[in-house]
Amino acid sequence: MPETLLDKVWENHEVAKLASGQSQLFIGLHLVHEVTSPQAFDMLSELGLEVAFRDRTFATVDHIIPTDGAARPYADAMAEEMFRAIERNVADTGITFFNEASGAQGIVHVIGPELGISQPGMTIACGDSHTSTHGALGAVAFGIGTSQVRDILATQTMAVSKPKLRRIEVSGSLGRGVYPKDVILNIIGRLGVQGGTGYAYEYGGPVFDAMSMEGRMTVCNMSIEGGARVGYVNPDRTTFEYMRGRRFAPSGSDFERATEWWAGQASDPGADYDDVVRFDGSAIEPMVTWGTNPGQVVGVDQAVPDPRSVHPAESTAVASALEFMGLEPNQPIAGFPIDVAFIGSCTNSRISDLREAAAVVKGNRVEGSVKAIVVPGSQQVRAQAESEGLHEVFLDAGFEWRDAGCSMCLGMNPDKLVGRQVSASSSNRNFIGRQGSPTGRTLLMSPAMVAAAALAGSVADVRGVAR
Amino acid sequence: MNVPGTPISAVRGRGIVLRGNNIDTDQIIPARYLRMVTFDGLGQHVFEDERKAAGGNHPFDDQRFGGAKILFVNDNFGSGSSREHAPQALARWGIEAIVGESFAEIFFGNSTTLGLPLVTVPTAEAAELQKLAEDDPSLEFALDVNALRLAAGKREYSISLPAPTREALLSGRWDALGELRENMAAVKKVHDNLPYVSGFAG
Repeated sequence: MPETLLDKVWENHEVAKLASGQSQLFIGLHLVHEVTSPQAFDMLSELGLEVAFRDRTFATVDHIIPTDGAARPYADAMAEEMFRAIERNVADTGITFFNEASGAQGIVHVIGPELGISQPGMTIACGDSHTSTHGALGAVAFGIGTSQVRDILATQTMAVSKPKLRRIEVSGSLGRGVYPKDVILNIIGRLGVQGGTGYAYEYGGPVFDAMSMEGRMTVCNMSIEGGARVGYVNPDRTTFEYMRGRRFAPSGSDFERATEWWAGQASDPGADYDDVVRFDGSAIEPMVTWGTNPGQVVGVDQAVPDPRSVHPAESTAVASALEFMGLEPNQPIAGFPIDVAFIGSCTNSRISDLREAAAVVKGNRVEGSVKAIVVPGSQQVRAQAESEGLHEVFLDAGFEWRDAGCSMCLGMNPDKLVGRQVSASSSNRNFIGRQGSPTGRTLLMSPAMVAAAALAGSVADVRGVAR
Repeated sequence: MNVPGTPISAVRGRGIVLRGNNIDTDQIIPARYLRMVTFDGLGQHVFEDERKAAGGNHPFDDQRFGGAKILFVNDNFGSGSSREHAPQALARWGIEAIVGESFAEIFFGNSTTLGLPLVTVPTAEAAELQKLAEDDPSLEFALDVNALRLAAGKREYSISLPAPTREALLSGRWDALGELRENMAAVKKVHDNLPYVSGFAG
């Protein structure tokens, strides 16, 4: 009987059925960062337990790390304490740690794939909701809480119910100036921020077949913004070529064996899905969020909604989101002024993102008072970009060129919005307060669109920027 | 906070109401409070930015709802970040159960692991329960995990809870670690059989 990737991965990793009916699932890769792990390590030692499979666990620092070149000890005593905690914890347990001196530090969801640690057919977990990113490789990857971080450290397993599976099929091909970010914003706009609750999303169809691994990561990353904890793309030739030569990937004849196994994990033709939803990729436009959740999104040449003409159940939420954002009903989103342009985050900080943004920026200047920053997702991405001269393109245009980290995605490090600033951001969440100011405002868009907004000083259609 | 192993079959107490859909975990506990190596003291910071913005006119600052144990919410409560700090903050404030139209998945799991029942009711009943709790802050609610009933004074409502969660709460196995540790021989076997563990070595 034809099976889906989700079925196969589940069968390969299910240790037992628990009394509750949930599965005990083996986790092939556990990624750890400084924010959600200290309590887990403490709980472990309080219980007198050890890390069960330390070779299946890797750690880095990303959320709190300053990106402005600040040296240790950090000025923020709490950040410094968290760094010392993870350094102590990895030293005590023997977990591989990619620190600032490693040359491989970066956002956990950037370095996992980049180093070849994240692989097709694996189960992956991390104390971070954007762990769905790793599904781009054809893995089943879960965001988890700190108690589950503890469970996985102690047993390399977690208790979890198998989700239902929705196939999201995107046909056609993407137009010029339309990127994977626009695809996922479009999907969330239609299916809603909770449309995926209880589901894993399998992305497929011609648009995904043609999409780069990095683009697939952007899409899978934001599955959780649509309510789906897990999102994946079946492994294919693009996946295997991406894996080839990576530091922790198999090599030589091992690579051939791996490729055969990876290919076998993909969903079989004719497999059953709980739901199938179809999109026309050719009709997708560059997208911009106008509200306070990622489902509140329009095409760049559209107007924001009118609370009086939306579904009555939505009316109050739309009105209060518009009020918070300082937008009038029916106002075109293009031309809305911005104060900050942020290119970075686990959604869009990879080399392809920086190349796309640099192509827009090249030879232009950031508009007057806009604060524009580029934060590469990892030390390796930063080095690659510098070898291509991208940093000079950004610096010449008036962008700041930063060290790797989560930066302004989430208000946990020195990079924050101030007051009611409006940010054009390539990150993943436009929640109230998300970028570090309780009154700050976020417009989500692709890195190329952020670049276009930085040059214009307001939301602008990247398709109209002269190249 | 609940002690692992303790069966959770009932929650009794007064209610507190927080209206709105898609209340995300950044709102429940702002990210700056994740810059800590323990969960201690999170309770006082729950909904901090919203409470400040409301100038003290927020349910969690309203004396009448002090000591409430059951939180009544709307749709997709707890969306966004996987931070366990969110249910930790609510539990440390004193919340022992949440009743709403729906919950985000990771938040639901994180709450269950702390022994916090999150139960759902249809939209109309969620609104009715919110009104009851607001109109009479002294009203006692009784949530029965076994019978899947919620008593509000003289009224009674059916509540929903996924079967595995109900079972885990009633058996005291809502913190799964003990049970996971019973199967380490089987864990080792699964580990050994996965081809990627050995790097696909021939």
